[in-house]
Amino acid sequence: MTASPFSARRFLIIFSIAWLVLMMDHALLFYWFDFTLQVAVVDSVISNLLLLGICLLIMNTIRYYLPGREQFMNILMMCVALTLIWLFVVKWLLSISITGIDDYNSFLNKSLIIRFSIGILVVGIVTMMSINWFTWQEQKATEQRKTDAEKLAREAELFKLRQQLQPHFLFNSLNSINALIGSRPAEARKMVQQLSDFLRGTIRKEETQWVTLEEELQYLQLYLEIEKVRFGNRLSTEVNVDPATLNLRLPALLLQPIVENAIKFGLYDTVGETVIRLRTRVADQELLVEVSNPFDPETSSPQKGTGFGLKSVQRRLYLLFARADLLQTEATDHTFITRVKVPQPTATPDK
Amino acid sequence: MSKVIIIDDEPLARSIVKEYLQQHPQLELVAECGDGFEGVKAIQQFHPDLIFLDIQMPKINGFEMLELIEQPPSVIFTTAFDEYAIRAFEAHAVDYLLKPFNQERFDRALAKWADNKTPASEAVTKELLATAAQSPAQNNRIVVKNGSKIKIIPAHDVFFLEAADDYVKIHTQEGYFLKNKTMSYFEQVLDAQQFVRSHRSFIVNVQQITRIDPYEKDNHVAILRTGAKVPVSRGGYAKLKLVLGL
Repeated sequence: MTASPFSARRFLIIFSIAWLVLMMDHALLFYWFDFTLQVAVVDSVISNLLLLGICLLIMNTIRYYLPGREQFMNILMMCVALTLIWLFVVKWLLSISITGIDDYNSFLNKSLIIRFSIGILVVGIVTMMSINWFTWQEQKATEQRKTDAEKLAREAELFKLRQQLQPHFLFNSLNSINALIGSRPAEARKMVQQLSDFLRGTIRKEETQWVTLEEELQYLQLYLEIEKVRFGNRLSTEVNVDPATLNLRLPALLLQPIVENAIKFGLYDTVGETVIRLRTRVADQELLVEVSNPFDPETSSPQKGTGFGLKSVQRRLYLLFARADLLQTEATDHTFITRVKVPQPTATPDK
Repeated sequence: MSKVIIIDDEPLARSIVKEYLQQHPQLELVAECGDGFEGVKAIQQFHPDLIFLDIQMPKINGFEMLELIEQPPSVIFTTAFDEYAIRAFEAHAVDYLLKPFNQERFDRALAKWADNKTPASEAVTKELLATAAQSPAQNNRIVVKNGSKIKIIPAHDVFFLEAADDYVKIHTQEGYFLKNKTMSYFEQVLDAQQFVRSHRSFIVNVQQITRIDPYEKDNHVAILRTGAKVPVSRGGYAKLKLVLGL
């Protein structure tokens, strides 16, 4: 249920003060018209307490039945009807509670039109205020729902992006292990261990989690070891890490797809040995990671390298940072370079 | 004694096939190849009866390699590709082994091969190649054999294609290359936003067109950057207008 405006303490205070002012003003006016203080106070209290009752009724009604855009005519009619009812009740109550004063009854009859004007003004203001308040409340709830839904969708999408990368690598690794079991059982065992650690890392880490570069590199190392067993002498790596970057943060599992893409691109686009180079440094307070692989410019267009692997990285960076310029690729002579920039979280790292 | 060749880019993947082959002394392993180029060479040299062929390999994939061989031997695919991607080839290849596989599964594939060891008929070969042509990742390049050399032509380097009897002439900067394929094959495989069949006998790379002039009554002619003229039929003109957004 949406919160009543009285749940805001400040509103309750202002509302009460406004009502007291209204009552005092009413009484003072009557006193000034030469009625006795008693008559002035009784008239004011009866009129305004009843009006307060009407207003509370309206607020409560709108709380449960928020009118739509097309219902303003009905609202106006309701205000008029309630004010009229209020007016008749006030007249009846006043005529039986204040007796023995000559001028009062004729004054009461003459003042009805003014009482109605003030009544409809107050009722109208309270109605409008209530509609605004509860519409705002509803909008806030809708907004919240939308944000929640987007967050869920984003998490699901990130999860899916990760999942799509695994099977091919997994099956080929298992095939390598299968081959090692016969010839080199000790190495098979080692590879089972590495593969398990790698997979556990994938499962355990959440997509929105941040890790230090050092952790991410350890994880990457597992991946590289496995790939080196698979491809033998054809694959080697050169990792060049600026010590200043080791404690910088990045979203978990960000680098692995980039390196995977570089390995695939390098290994499948050339027939010789493939050296994958990874370099990190700090640039403009952002972490910069550069991964390069050889390619053959004669047979492949550079955009071919931005295959599925990089597209998903780009999408992920966009979802996390709402920036499309964080992943860039460059093809020079025989080298394809992927650069990723990671803005550093401020004081409190995003969970 | 039958001759066997293993073609796979991962050394351990080759060694497991080799290990399983030891149980079949009637098969002689004549070559092991780490990529498609070596594969083509070895097949031409040894004329094997059976090859174990990986699909994802450097430079040219297993399907592209098969396309370059006029009389492919029997093929058993060994791949980590998912089953759906490979199922299409089941009818034409002897069998496919999904990695990792065990000795028993391997023996079954070989038994299947031994059962129908009649030499692969031309029809089956053709079908295999036709299916191979539909495999993914081939729409951005064309692999041709130029004498004994294998050439990979990126699609954007192609100016236009021209029908020439049983072949298609692929016109590029370096002259033209021949490929034993049909025009409708290329029309289907190449990116339709870039390559338009402008005429019964021509497919043109729209990025190469500088202008289109009227020519004779209903026809047009496309002038390419190189100055080459490519005929455009009435239907072809309509298709070109659509792609060029005219």
